[in-house]
Amino acid sequence: MTTNEWIKTNTYHRSDFEDLQTLVNEKEKRGLTISLCIPTLNEAKTIGKEVVIFKSELMNRFPLLDEFAVIDSGSEDNTLEIASSFGADTYLASEILPNLDEKRGKGENLWKAIYQLKGDIIVYIDADIKNIHPRFVYGLIGPLIYRDEVKYVKAFYDRPLAFSEGVRPSGGGRVTEILTRPLFSLFFPELAAIIQPLSGEYAVRREVLERISFPIGYGVETSHLLDVYHELGMSAFAQTDLDQRVHRNQETRSLGKMSFGILQTFLNRMKTYGLMNDMPDINTVLHQFQVRENQFEMVDQNIIEYERPPMITIPEYREKFSRDEKSQNTGKNKEK
Amino acid sequence: MNSKISDFIKRFHEDRESYSNVLETLLSSLIMISETAAPTFREHNRARCLVNRYMSSNLLNCYVDELGNALGIIPGKSDRNILLVAHLDTFFDEKVDHTVTILPDLVKGAAVADDSLGLAALATLPYILETYGIEPEANIILMGSARSLGRGDLEGLRFFLDNFKKPITAGVCIEGVKLGRLSYSSIGMLRGEINYRVPESYDWTKFNSEGAIINMNDLINRILEIPTPSKPKTSIVLGSIEAGTSYNTIPTRAKLKFEIRSESDQLVEDIAHKIESLTQEMTSLSGAHVEFKHLARRSPGGTDFSHPLNLIGREILTDLKINTRLTPSTSELAAFIDKAIPAVTIGLTDGENMGEEDESIQIQPIKKGLSLLVGLILAIDGGYTFDN
Repeated sequence: MTTNEWIKTNTYHRSDFEDLQTLVNEKEKRGLTISLCIPTLNEAKTIGKEVVIFKSELMNRFPLLDEFAVIDSGSEDNTLEIASSFGADTYLASEILPNLDEKRGKGENLWKAIYQLKGDIIVYIDADIKNIHPRFVYGLIGPLIYRDEVKYVKAFYDRPLAFSEGVRPSGGGRVTEILTRPLFSLFFPELAAIIQPLSGEYAVRREVLERISFPIGYGVETSHLLDVYHELGMSAFAQTDLDQRVHRNQETRSLGKMSFGILQTFLNRMKTYGLMNDMPDINTVLHQFQVRENQFEMVDQNIIEYERPPMITIPEYREKFSRDEKSQNTGKNKEK
Repeated sequence: MNSKISDFIKRFHEDRESYSNVLETLLSSLIMISETAAPTFREHNRARCLVNRYMSSNLLNCYVDELGNALGIIPGKSDRNILLVAHLDTFFDEKVDHTVTILPDLVKGAAVADDSLGLAALATLPYILETYGIEPEANIILMGSARSLGRGDLEGLRFFLDNFKKPITAGVCIEGVKLGRLSYSSIGMLRGEINYRVPESYDWTKFNSEGAIINMNDLINRILEIPTPSKPKTSIVLGSIEAGTSYNTIPTRAKLKFEIRSESDQLVEDIAHKIESLTQEMTSLSGAHVEFKHLARRSPGGTDFSHPLNLIGREILTDLKINTRLTPSTSELAAFIDKAIPAVTIGLTDGENMGEEDESIQIQPIKKGLSLLVGLILAIDGGYTFDN
């Protein structure tokens, strides 16, 4: 399948799935269960709205979701209290699998959701979306409900505020267009067809999630794409246009940190796949600059992309989900 | 009070789980409606949003009519038709941040109270009736009315009342704020604008050429000198003024928006004439174009204090332990009054910062506001509000 063919057959618009009753019927016919995870850290302004919308629209009115949980990294702004007051199941990431050493990061929350939630499909939605709407969930679930071969569905957002006609550019944010897509184009050109590889909204089958490792920081989305592609190829992916997403803009310096984490993950994967055997050990300190009283000074930050191993390798998980010990051997990525 | 109504209120307040689902559904609609901008004359997206909510509740005849009203019908078995109205339009244009924030006790965002909560109540009503097993005999017409505010002058609702082929038994106008409000009469009102504009050929050396702000200020002082008696109650509300662009540029344009309100229609007319004369005087004194524009007009009227609809409204509020606030209205109620249709305006909850971008409403009192709404529907449906 060519990249253009893949785009044609595996790219959807959320309106393809907006008949929610039909979607619920199909989900029930196929005996699927679906869980939603919202990872949070200080999201008091938006979390109440997300909980109300998803619980009301996708659990009460149209029972597309079987459960959903807010998994928090230690917010100090009442995020969990607000989520709980509107009826969400709330967890501190550190309280899930408490025997493991404690790590903090969005990827940690996503990884622990695999243990905590029961669904055959897990949907991840970032908590900082200002214009939250049920489409953020049903648009991602749709391809997984209708097509067994699809394992991983990624969101993208393509709704210009004003446009006349003809050809117009489309794609992701600054980090995607400056770092991720050029890297994919160089080494994994097929993956460049994922329009927004870094979007924080995606839905994945458990059978895939439990077998991939999770960087706990900035590299989690990149590593997912690389590992799923490495194991299953492009046919496992689909992507859905969810229209517009309104969220906080990040400063360039923050994007630098994000890029540094993503690049670490990428290079580590290259090494793991045997594509860059002579690569020296990489540095984990990012150097940035600031000016104080007309003097330039370097600001160093140690960014280590620690990775959690595939969940299938965790004994508590195998016990909870009745996986035998042999099954973990098919998990290709071991703890780094 | 009728037992059907008191039974419902009792169940509504005791069954916490069912109410929790009702509240979630309402808040969910409130978010989606509030975040869809709907300045007057550009309500179409919000109308579509509301109609989609009706459709997902399997209502009949869900559509946006030619004036932009969002309509849906909960079908009954009798010939009676109850019209429930909340206005679609707001004072906020598309550039304003319409993001809603939900906290455990309040909802905050542009126009959440005026009147997104009313619209959310319309969208949630089918779910409430279904949840509590209420099957009204009357047809319940749900209407998000377009072109209500300011220059809109209730055009959407008037269009519907002029063209709906069947008689409307009674109407309920739903406002977000304030709980306890029960309006059954309209006062006389004239809504107008004064536009001050300096022509290109203006001679800035001329005596009195201070610019738009100072001249408009003089005009305001003259307007405030107009006597407004306390009986019949009369007032002039100066609602908005726009002028100027910078610190040191003499402004050439100014706009004053105002309303004259009075229990006496004649007084409204007289005051309007006086203000118009003042604008003409200002034109001759300043050499600028000072234009008086008449945008909307209401005549006083409505039902009596003792009308059964008002009586039962007060009874329900008393039962809910809410102090009744009997205030006249100049909004949608006026369109019903013009057609001699008994109607009331109610508020659903309490709120703050009305008309501001951080307008907020309290969540907890909504339960009583919805009780009042459904109680009134049951009363009208049961025929207890007919004026014999």
